[in-house]
Amino acid sequence: MAVAAPAGAGAIVLRTATGRRRRDRTMRWVFRLAALMTFAVTITIILTLAVDAWEFFSKVDKSVLWGQIGWFPRRGFFDLPTLIVGTFIVTAIAMVVAIPLGLGAAIYLSEYAQPRVRRILKPVLEVLAGVPSVVLAFFAIAFINPNIVRRFFERADVFNLAAAGLAVGVLSIPIIASVSEDALRAVPMSLREASYGLGARRASTAFRVVFPAAISGIIAALVLGVSRAVGEVMVVAIAAGAVGGALFHFDPLLPGQTMTAAMAALGFGSDQVAGDNLAFQSLYFLGALLFLMTLLLNFVADRLVARVREEY
Amino acid sequence: MALTTVDQTGGVPARSLTESLTSGKSDVKGRVLEAILLGALLCSLGVLLVLVIDLLKRSWGIWTERPLDFLTSGTNISNAAEAGVWQGIKGTIMLCVVVAIVAIPLGTACAVYLEEYAGRSRFARWTRINVRNLAGVPSIVYGILGLAIFVKAMDSITQGRTVFAGGLALSALVLPIVVITASEALRAVPRSIREGALGVGATEWETVRHHVLPAAAPGILTGTVLALSRAAGEAAPILLVGAVTGLLRTGNQSFWEQLTGPFTAMPVVIFSYARQTGEAFREVTAAAALVLLVVIILINSVAIWLRNRYERKW
Repeated sequence: MAVAAPAGAGAIVLRTATGRRRRDRTMRWVFRLAALMTFAVTITIILTLAVDAWEFFSKVDKSVLWGQIGWFPRRGFFDLPTLIVGTFIVTAIAMVVAIPLGLGAAIYLSEYAQPRVRRILKPVLEVLAGVPSVVLAFFAIAFINPNIVRRFFERADVFNLAAAGLAVGVLSIPIIASVSEDALRAVPMSLREASYGLGARRASTAFRVVFPAAISGIIAALVLGVSRAVGEVMVVAIAAGAVGGALFHFDPLLPGQTMTAAMAALGFGSDQVAGDNLAFQSLYFLGALLFLMTLLLNFVADRLVARVREEY
Repeated sequence: MALTTVDQTGGVPARSLTESLTSGKSDVKGRVLEAILLGALLCSLGVLLVLVIDLLKRSWGIWTERPLDFLTSGTNISNAAEAGVWQGIKGTIMLCVVVAIVAIPLGTACAVYLEEYAGRSRFARWTRINVRNLAGVPSIVYGILGLAIFVKAMDSITQGRTVFAGGLALSALVLPIVVITASEALRAVPRSIREGALGVGATEWETVRHHVLPAAAPGILTGTVLALSRAAGEAAPILLVGAVTGLLRTGNQSFWEQLTGPFTAMPVVIFSYARQTGEAFREVTAAAALVLLVVIILINSVAIWLRNRYERKW
């Protein structure tokens, strides 16, 4: 950079002015600091969760964590299976909705749609991704539950896990659709051309050539969809009922709590369980569990997406 | 090889191939499959339509009777006839301002470091992994971060459960979105522009400031807008930070006092109304939800339009 100018009249000085160089160095540090801030966020999250989660875990009587009648933090029952089963039911119902719809939409957009149709429909799908979860939560109690769940299952409760699961499914559609569409479109055109050249139809090309070629990206999309469903808060907090606690059961038509809903019940605004008691600290414990679960899922998805990138 | 196979089997496959190529019969199974796939897409989009129509139908009473009154009244969880969304709108705008001031410069700067300075270094690789993981962290975890750090640990700066603390929690939440979209925008700027600037003697900072950032501006702007709309729609983190779910008594506070006092926001107002029972409150909730939904759809559409409009092919 700094080429020393040979002495002599009329030699062009190539060395940059010190002021400009100093500003350049300063800005480099400013940008590096900004990048370091993202680590600060991660480390703070991990430390916060780890310290308080450990405090809860070391204080709590381990027998109340397993095999109790349910999750009732204010009465000292911290039955984890209740929340795990609740989370599982909601996620499973969500995936039953989101996987066929999301994948179908992705395959159509990537393999069938005319460019013009795609240009119109893809943005609408992106708009669906922007629907606030609290709006969908209201939609779950006002529309999905009376018009869908209770129409088919009369005994369903006013608040139930099934309606919440359906709404969470709607929220997971866009992420599954967009990630798997990216994976499908990353498959090189030559594979499709080879398939057509052999006389394969569009359906065979899409499902026997392109889909298998994009499989790791598609699995990544599904994993991200699950991660999105597990982490959803507002829908389950409003539509799944069970504000104070939940009984242990496997019935999607009854009210129940997921891990996130239990956190919401413990920590939201005026309902916040005050003070430093055990119930409030269970919030951090659940937060740590949730963080670990989604971290694991996202890590797996990340690896799978990276593999797609390497292949093509 | 293919030719010999046809010869050996006596031409039957050849004949059936000719037949299938010339018969002109349409591929029924293929058509049905295409219709199913299209159905999946339309079904996903149909949810959005049903949602908007249902909310509109439910809240029709309010829009015909007292639209202005609804938009300008405060939160009221005891009397549905006087309930409104004004405090929510104001709170959301204030939160978005905090997010715009904190997360957007920070996220863009981080993206600039990753794309322009760090390149393929190990630090950059770790930062990218870190940012992608942060993007997948559930929103409620950012609420815990807000509660433990911005409300409790940084109490002297944020004054506890304030707009400032809520805005910081939301900033942490949208930071990865800003970094990822800004990185993509910067990556789309061709090398030749940087090489041109560096070649005539500009420093790295001058190259970024005068050439790369302006070229990437539309993409960065899109990411910014999407991040703000995400922040405007999130309820869980600010509820944990301690947004007020009932009426917020503001009185005649100055702007600064409101910034450092209790706060609420649009999603929080919807949450408060959704928890009330009775048909009257269903109407109010639907109207409030519609307001938020329309605003967010508009913001997102603008962002998507901006991206498509200014997406430059280099």
